[in-house]
Amino acid sequence: MFTPDADGDTTPVGGPDDDLIQLLTPDGERVHHESYSARVDHLDTEALQSLYRDMVMVRRFDTEATSLQRHGELGLWPPCLGQEAAQVGSGRALGVRDYVFPSYRELGVAWTRGVDLRKTLHLFRGEDHGGWDPAEHNFHLYTLVIGAHTLHATGYAMGIQRDGDVGTGNPDRDRAAVAYFGDGATAQGDVNEALTFAAVNDAPVVFFCQNNQWAISEPAQQQSRVPLFHRGRGFGVPSVRVDGNDVLASHAVMLEALERARSGGGPTFIEAVTYRMGAHTTSDDPTKYRTRAEEEMWRRRDPIDRLHALLVREGESEQFFTELEAETEQFGAEIREYCRAIAAPGTERMFEHVYASENPQVSADRAWLAEYEEGFATEEASA
Amino acid sequence: MSTTVESSTERITLGKAINLGLRRAMERDPKVMLMGEDIGPLGGVFRVTDGLQKDFGSERVVDTPLAESGIVGTAIGLAVAGYRPVCEIQFDGFIFPAFNQITTQLAKMHYRSRGAVHVPVVIRVPYGGGIGAVEHHSESPEVLFAHTPGLRVITPATPADAFTMIQQAIASPDPVLFFEPKARYWDKAEVDVSATDSAIGGGDGLNTARVARPGTDVTVVAYGPAVATALRAAAAAEADGISLEVIDLRAVSPIDFPTIAASVRRTGRLVVVHEAPTFLGAGGEIAARITEECFYHLEAPVLRVGGFHTPYPVSKIEEEYLPNLDRVLHAVDTVLSH
Repeated sequence: MFTPDADGDTTPVGGPDDDLIQLLTPDGERVHHESYSARVDHLDTEALQSLYRDMVMVRRFDTEATSLQRHGELGLWPPCLGQEAAQVGSGRALGVRDYVFPSYRELGVAWTRGVDLRKTLHLFRGEDHGGWDPAEHNFHLYTLVIGAHTLHATGYAMGIQRDGDVGTGNPDRDRAAVAYFGDGATAQGDVNEALTFAAVNDAPVVFFCQNNQWAISEPAQQQSRVPLFHRGRGFGVPSVRVDGNDVLASHAVMLEALERARSGGGPTFIEAVTYRMGAHTTSDDPTKYRTRAEEEMWRRRDPIDRLHALLVREGESEQFFTELEAETEQFGAEIREYCRAIAAPGTERMFEHVYASENPQVSADRAWLAEYEEGFATEEASA
Repeated sequence: MSTTVESSTERITLGKAINLGLRRAMERDPKVMLMGEDIGPLGGVFRVTDGLQKDFGSERVVDTPLAESGIVGTAIGLAVAGYRPVCEIQFDGFIFPAFNQITTQLAKMHYRSRGAVHVPVVIRVPYGGGIGAVEHHSESPEVLFAHTPGLRVITPATPADAFTMIQQAIASPDPVLFFEPKARYWDKAEVDVSATDSAIGGGDGLNTARVARPGTDVTVVAYGPAVATALRAAAAAEADGISLEVIDLRAVSPIDFPTIAASVRRTGRLVVVHEAPTFLGAGGEIAARITEECFYHLEAPVLRVGGFHTPYPVSKIEEEYLPNLDRVLHAVDTVLSH
């Protein structure tokens, strides 16, 4: 369980890590795995640099956003600190035509979909309920109701089936849907219903569960008496547990799951064992519910440090890291500037897009407010 | 697949009219699909989808797992993928497991995405009492959805409207809750089953109430199963020399206030009838709005006739719960006595 033992080490919910797929040790050493190594063996220094850059940029963005919230520039922020490998590794496995339904801290996945991360600030600054066009990146809006979107992903996958975009063997046509969610979500009815619908329909959907150990203040063992990936198996869905702080392993298992989905093999459940190093959102205080020893233990498993160690091991020059540091500084400045420039929308925004077609009730409310506000303008003019 | 019927009218039940409407919509648009429990070979517990799976296949008429949230949630995903799912919830009292998906997801996705994502999902719900059913099989939860911005809530009262309105609901770019008055499933009437695309009219056809019977003394507003009750009351009142104007609302969201107000300006009196509890119900909203708009035309307070603030009672006493002929006439007498 997650209370650290004398060595400060922990075991994930439901049992030991024996079945955890890992391709890169916390010390930055590549390890062989019979089934998965082949999927990442070809990644050369340049490819590893690219993954590293993704994770560093995402972390920088996340750190800036957390800081902007502390400065009062954002109403709330859900940090993804510590989950960069699970998100970037899996996200980089996605094809252009795959469609992602994220939860609300999927910053790393958004980055891999080409979403301008600054657009995620609009939601948390209170200027928009979304912030980006889902169709432009095949990256749906965030879903804040826990687990609700796993059904949307499953339904979307059923649409893919009906479009005939599965199992054709044509890589430009076959595609999949993916739902990202957390450990707490697996306790929700919707996630269980999604697994049922996905299984009985052989839907081309991947359930990517980031077990970051904590649902706000509740540890994973308060959500489940079995390892989370066993839940998928109970529905007849092939399920794997992967080291979510290992970008290579996260990438490899996602490649396999997407291949299964696109080829007509049906859904997969992935449990990525990771850790949310920050708060659930900037509203809670992790010191009230978890120990420093536990946080320290996970800090030693940091996903970015791990890839850093591999790059150094493979002789990466200091120049790469220095240049990247300069890039993140520039990025940070852009984020701050962008955030502060997001102004309140006009009041009329309230009435836009409530319905896709004319609705007399909305029109009446809009007209009433306009007339009411006009009254003040007239008063001021005559004063 | 059957061919389009050429003869213009047929005498059919309200249930059959919905079945034919679904068939037309499926013929018109290959993206229209049906989802629900027991809607395939069985044709639904009320047989509303009878024969459709046989003609359109199990990919378009889907027998789903027994999971209402799953039905609506996957329908949302299918809609995002470009389909037009029509979900059947087996009974009114079973819609609550799907309440979250309907109110927090379906109702808001267009708004949240500022119009980028369309979710034209229709949810069909047999509702209302009067058929002697057991608990959870006779409820009227329409206002819970009408209170949620982003949803349209409509209910036909006649076979002709049922045939047209289900097609309008499916053609609408907005999510629609389509409440079917189950006590009227077996009512028969002439229906023009050759209605064309232009008669369907998409979402814009969903805003307008219908004057079911013109009259001069009291306006009676009703919707769904209560329209027939109001019409019977009007026939009975006529024998006493009282002329009731009966308005069939058709839509509980949005409500066609202009049609009601125009009528009340002529009659000066209004009675609202529905099966759902009157407390915080559609009748209260109508009474408030009409009082605002027609204050100087009203000769009497607006009265409501509806369900009590109790769960739907056991079937042996449901006749006393439902707004029946006598209670409508009592309300009419009361507003006329002012």
